[in-house]
Amino acid sequence: MLIVASIVMIFPFLWQIKMSLSTQADITSVPPILIPTSLEWGNFAEVFTRLPFLSQFWVSIAVTTLRTVAQIILCSMAGYAFARMHFRFKGVLLALLLSILMVPTQVYLIPQYQIIQSAGLLDTILGIAAPGLFSAFGTFLMMQFFKAMPLELEQAARLDGCNSWQIFWRVMLPLAKPGIISLAIITVLASWNDLLWPLVVASTPDTMPLSVGLATLQGYQGSVDTGVLMAASLMAMAPILIAFILLQRRVVEGIAHAGLK
Amino acid sequence: MKRQSLTRDGWWPVLFVAPLFAGVVVFYLWPLTQSLYYSFTEWGVFGSSTWTGLDNYVRLVGDAAVYRAIINTLVYTGILLVGIPIAVAFAALLNRPGLRYAMVYRTCFFLPYIAMPTAISMVWRIIYNNDFGVINAALGVVGIEGPAWISTEWFSLVAVAIMGLWMSIGFNMIILSAGLKGIPPELYEATAIDGANHWRQFRSITVPLLTPSIFFLSVMTFIAGFQLFDLLYALLGPANPVMPKTQSLVFLYYDAAFSSNEKGYASAIGILILLIIGLFTLVQFRLQRRWVHYVD
Repeated sequence: MLIVASIVMIFPFLWQIKMSLSTQADITSVPPILIPTSLEWGNFAEVFTRLPFLSQFWVSIAVTTLRTVAQIILCSMAGYAFARMHFRFKGVLLALLLSILMVPTQVYLIPQYQIIQSAGLLDTILGIAAPGLFSAFGTFLMMQFFKAMPLELEQAARLDGCNSWQIFWRVMLPLAKPGIISLAIITVLASWNDLLWPLVVASTPDTMPLSVGLATLQGYQGSVDTGVLMAASLMAMAPILIAFILLQRRVVEGIAHAGLK
Repeated sequence: MKRQSLTRDGWWPVLFVAPLFAGVVVFYLWPLTQSLYYSFTEWGVFGSSTWTGLDNYVRLVGDAAVYRAIINTLVYTGILLVGIPIAVAFAALLNRPGLRYAMVYRTCFFLPYIAMPTAISMVWRIIYNNDFGVINAALGVVGIEGPAWISTEWFSLVAVAIMGLWMSIGFNMIILSAGLKGIPPELYEATAIDGANHWRQFRSITVPLLTPSIFFLSVMTFIAGFQLFDLLYALLGPANPVMPKTQSLVFLYYDAAFSSNEKGYASAIGILILLIIGLFTLVQFRLQRRWVHYVD
């Protein structure tokens, strides 16, 4: 039973690989054929000549990197302060964060678009990355993580004469690595696959991330072989699929950890 | 003690929290109040807005497209919920001690969850194709003539939901596997001595002790279900003639905000999504006492 279910689950991926190596005639044959009559490796090369794949790939990489790095730094800092420091309005600020966590992202979309527009950042990498640089979810995740760490370490560091920044940067942050990995995995995944926001902000093919680029490829259908489109979609997913298969144990733990917090 | 720590922290908390909050205010808190305000206004062609009171909400209540979108979203969410019992069964099968190739199975269930929706939708479009798609070919073998999935009312929604189900099982299984690891093995050993078979153990130990995870998943499924957009856009395509009969609330929002430029009305739809998700989450938390068992 597990075997049958597993095959059903990965069938679309196998079919995609098969199609990416097939001629148009093989793909549209009735009934469908399991083994292609010839292997069209050229489909993969055509992706780079027929579609703006490379520039979109770069946009995806840049946006994902910006968001992940910014979230790790900003959410760790704020999460640490909420977990370990005492200050006025802490309760109010936490409640504000919690409330934006509960609101579906679409509610922010129109005003966010206007802000990016008035900043002149429409159709730029920074504009696509901008709202996702900040995360209430990430802050809560890191706060929970810091809360669970023993107090003695900080007290020892303070006795050694470290100030709050040094304690955070040299002692706590290195120890928070599992939490940071968890946050990074979720941010990379969400950012790489994100559709709605970049769809709204990016309008020229060269500044779209892959998620948007592929969604608008339907316009190419007819002029570009399906096999080439399949090769493009396969290559768009490949970095995430490969990275996540290799790091599977960490990824599963990270998602479970973040989900259950 | 408290005073001491107050002086100790001094201005540090501001330094730690300010960078995040600068962004949160600009990109979330301010937009939230703006959206609320916009939902009471109407937008002119040149981007000017005038206060129209409850007009947008009155229009919302009388808009057949809104009701259809709510029904579509509920059907979609309902089909996604089927994924939870499926995931419970497979998570239990996968977490048996000594299972061979568990890692391989886990990868198979997990891949759809991390796949880029727009990329894998391109594959599903062909799988659903009514001329050369595999699904209709398989149905043809058993003598059923398959529908044109992508372009027929209701079938298009089911097609989207099957794909959504396929993508959600991996996440469900991750959460459930974490839940399964929390069940003490002594419980199984004790009942095994009492002569309970696997099925009985599954029913009287596994499922009740998984109810907190199942509850969490049902809340998450509702929230995710009501945010349906990516799969509609990528699998069916925004210009698909069947879209008005298949669209979700978020798609309706997107269409009003960025295609027909009715930003006031779109904002009202956004607030409606917020209210519906809030209401469902509240109801689920109310009902959980009746069926969720927490181990102390």
